[in-house]
Amino acid sequence: MLPQPAPKPDILARRDEIVAGLRALLPDDAVIGDALRLKPYETDGLSAYREVPLAVALPSTTEQVAAIMEFCHREGVRVVPRGAGTSLSGGALPMADSVVLGLMRMNRITEIDYADRLAVVQAGVTNIGITQAVAGQGFFYAPDPSSQLACMIGGNVNMNSGGAHCLRYGVTANNLLGLKLVTVEGEILEIGGAHLDSAGYDWLGLLTGSEGQLAIVTEVTVRILRAAEGARAMLAAFRSNEVAGACVDSIIGSGIIPVALEFMDRPAIHACEAFANAGYPLDAEAMLIIEVEGSTEEQDFLLDRLKAICAQHDPISLKVSTSAEESLAIWKGRKGAFGAVGRISPDYMCMDGTIPTSQLPHVLRRIGEMSADYNLQVANIFHAGDGNLHPLIMFDANDPSSFAKAEKFGADILTLCVEVGGCLTGEHGVGVEKRDLMNVQFTEIELDQQRRIKSAFDPGWLLNANKVFPLKGLAAE
Amino acid sequence: MQTTFSEAQLRDPDTAESNKQLRTCVHCGFCTATCPTFVLLGDELDSPRGRIYLIKDMLESGRPATEEVVRHVDRCLSCLSCMSTCPSGVNYMHLVDHARHYIEDTYQRPWHERLLRNALALILPHPNRLRATLMAASATRPLAGLIPGDGMFQKRLRALFKLAPRTIPAPSPLEGPRTHTATTEKKARVALLAGCAQQVLDPAINEATIRLLTRMGTEVVVAKGAGCCGALTHHMGHHDPAMASAAANIEAWHQELETQGLDAIIINTSGCGTTVKDYGHMFRTTPFAEKARKISALAMDITEYLAKSNYTPTREPPGLTVAYHSACSLQHGQKITAQPKQLLQKAGFKVVEPIEPHLCCGSAGTYNILQPDISTRLRARKLENLKATKPDLIAAGNIGCLTQLAGDTLPTIHTIQLLDWMAGGPKPAGAP
Repeated sequence: MLPQPAPKPDILARRDEIVAGLRALLPDDAVIGDALRLKPYETDGLSAYREVPLAVALPSTTEQVAAIMEFCHREGVRVVPRGAGTSLSGGALPMADSVVLGLMRMNRITEIDYADRLAVVQAGVTNIGITQAVAGQGFFYAPDPSSQLACMIGGNVNMNSGGAHCLRYGVTANNLLGLKLVTVEGEILEIGGAHLDSAGYDWLGLLTGSEGQLAIVTEVTVRILRAAEGARAMLAAFRSNEVAGACVDSIIGSGIIPVALEFMDRPAIHACEAFANAGYPLDAEAMLIIEVEGSTEEQDFLLDRLKAICAQHDPISLKVSTSAEESLAIWKGRKGAFGAVGRISPDYMCMDGTIPTSQLPHVLRRIGEMSADYNLQVANIFHAGDGNLHPLIMFDANDPSSFAKAEKFGADILTLCVEVGGCLTGEHGVGVEKRDLMNVQFTEIELDQQRRIKSAFDPGWLLNANKVFPLKGLAAE
Repeated sequence: MQTTFSEAQLRDPDTAESNKQLRTCVHCGFCTATCPTFVLLGDELDSPRGRIYLIKDMLESGRPATEEVVRHVDRCLSCLSCMSTCPSGVNYMHLVDHARHYIEDTYQRPWHERLLRNALALILPHPNRLRATLMAASATRPLAGLIPGDGMFQKRLRALFKLAPRTIPAPSPLEGPRTHTATTEKKARVALLAGCAQQVLDPAINEATIRLLTRMGTEVVVAKGAGCCGALTHHMGHHDPAMASAAANIEAWHQELETQGLDAIIINTSGCGTTVKDYGHMFRTTPFAEKARKISALAMDITEYLAKSNYTPTREPPGLTVAYHSACSLQHGQKITAQPKQLLQKAGFKVVEPIEPHLCCGSAGTYNILQPDISTRLRARKLENLKATKPDLIAAGNIGCLTQLAGDTLPTIHTIQLLDWMAGGPKPAGAP
């Protein structure tokens, strides 16, 4: 099992007292302290790693969050924040002596301002919930992680989430204006606001992607954008992963930036087609979803150029979506891709490395070779335009040797990403999954600098302390 | 997901099936977003993924169900919204059915809960008993306001009283087993599930169905021996009575199929339709398996059948806007979404849909009696969304939803009554 920081014996011994302390702060149904009901909180979207927490607290207001933090800080209790629990890097994995702080009840949209193009939403509002709330007025919130149906904005901020359309619109960091935070001591702070930049240091930039280690995000001010007049997706089918990868490089190299440029290989195409009936090319080894938007003329112009580029890579077929329903099905398949792989394998590990797009053909070939060496199947589904890879390594959790092999295979892929000039994570965060690989990306000095930032916010290392950094560094604190 | 069942446990066919579903779940959490109870309560334990985890733990351990597990499984509406959302294709319905059965076998509920559940199981599936009960409840309806206290028992009692209509419709002259011959050239022969509660609460629904079908050249038989589909007891985990009801239907319809032939089995209460379509699974390990499979394959919602049978309106469009409420059992249980709306449009109605169309209205069989708090909140949310579309009336294909949404400002009418009206039938009661 995954090594965890040693639980504090005094905290474990005072379990009942701590649960009672939380109950004094919150309504009855907002504290879970019994073993049986704690179990479903032992894991998130990465179910291979599990640890039952000490307790779960489900606050409904920022003030309740502040009261919980003040209490936990006073008592020296570790806290693991949790949104929808969809993290693929184990970002919400508890520790045995930790309180899981679930923000799912904070799901209200508090303000929408179309004139200033912003929305203020609580941390537990789902990503798609923001777009749904403003779509009637022709607006949308741009970052769209594949789990956008379920994942919550608080988690998006903490993981700096991306998504298919970030090729055009940028990741969460590029679409944020302000945050309401609760510090580890229980103080409520606001940074940023209804304006694009703030005086002084860029605290917003520091907090975004901090994986719940610096403060608890309870409210988020996001930029909302006017939706394009229209959009159309094209499915381009190719004879191999490498050829499709080379086509991605040609498209990006040509200077055209589609709104989305997504890659799926044969296993992914088949699993997703079974779920979404989107008309994916089942005869292809690899497929690109290329979406353009704008006026009809603009779309036609771009699609013609893109077709010409694809044609240089000997495509099996090129098909442009002809209706809104068809486009919807194309994206339903892509966005449900990880779950849909459950149809062909009981378990998978979803990698999240990012590489320069020019390295795609090489890295895809190496992944194919490693898959044969490890004798583990891989499905490749990813944001090709950003070079953000998501190889899904399939394994059988009921077979322990299979899982150990999958972990090693994953580490090899991410090491390869770093070797070719990329990085360990594109959008899922380091979590627990990649913390021991941080040594591959950073020197010990660089890691120490980052630890110092964590210590400045959280000297006692109470917030999500089992993530991001290799464990031995944590022991040194 | 990883599971830890022993070889011995997996020899039980229900456990083997549940293991298969648990292994299919990848714990991605998509289902949480569209689950009505998670949306309202914001607790993993009240989401499909959390329930799956609780059920997994309960079944793997082999321990009797505990109060905590029962509380969260009981809160599940069985709306199956999670199954529409799940990318992996987990059959949550079979998993939660197994859990409910396991709970009934291993857990003793408090006496008042057993009393209520047994009473519901004894009354609801039997039209005569239900009619008598409703008459008594209707007469004493004002007493509901006098029930003191805020406990679950008192709330459930009040919910029960409130469900009783002010006037109980008289039994339909068409009630009872018989064959209704086609009034135009005969093209097909179908069996109609006459049902149980629906024919008491609103006999006009079966009347409209029979009128429209016979007018379209379809002979309709209400088979002798067929009755409640078994869903009401099945969803309470009362395994044996549910199987007995289902078996009676399978026998009755199979008899018809073998003698005079059947082109379809028509169901106009979608909650029942979902269960009849699942008979094949429910009886898969019994000697009834083959018969049950044949019956399930013949089962069709009335709108599914009409969409294939060239439904043609004869009246001028009435200029009415209909808010179509998609019953969970239709949209999630049977994946029927387009046909009812297309038929209503064909009939000349302007069809509008509320936001959050995937969320349950809180009816869910006996849920509105057993979980009055959640049910009331879901009802209010659904009505608000429906009213925002500014319709003249609400249409739905399930008596549970119609009863749940009735009594507010808008008339609630079964889809089939509107279709029958536009094809020459009488104007439905309550239609503007």
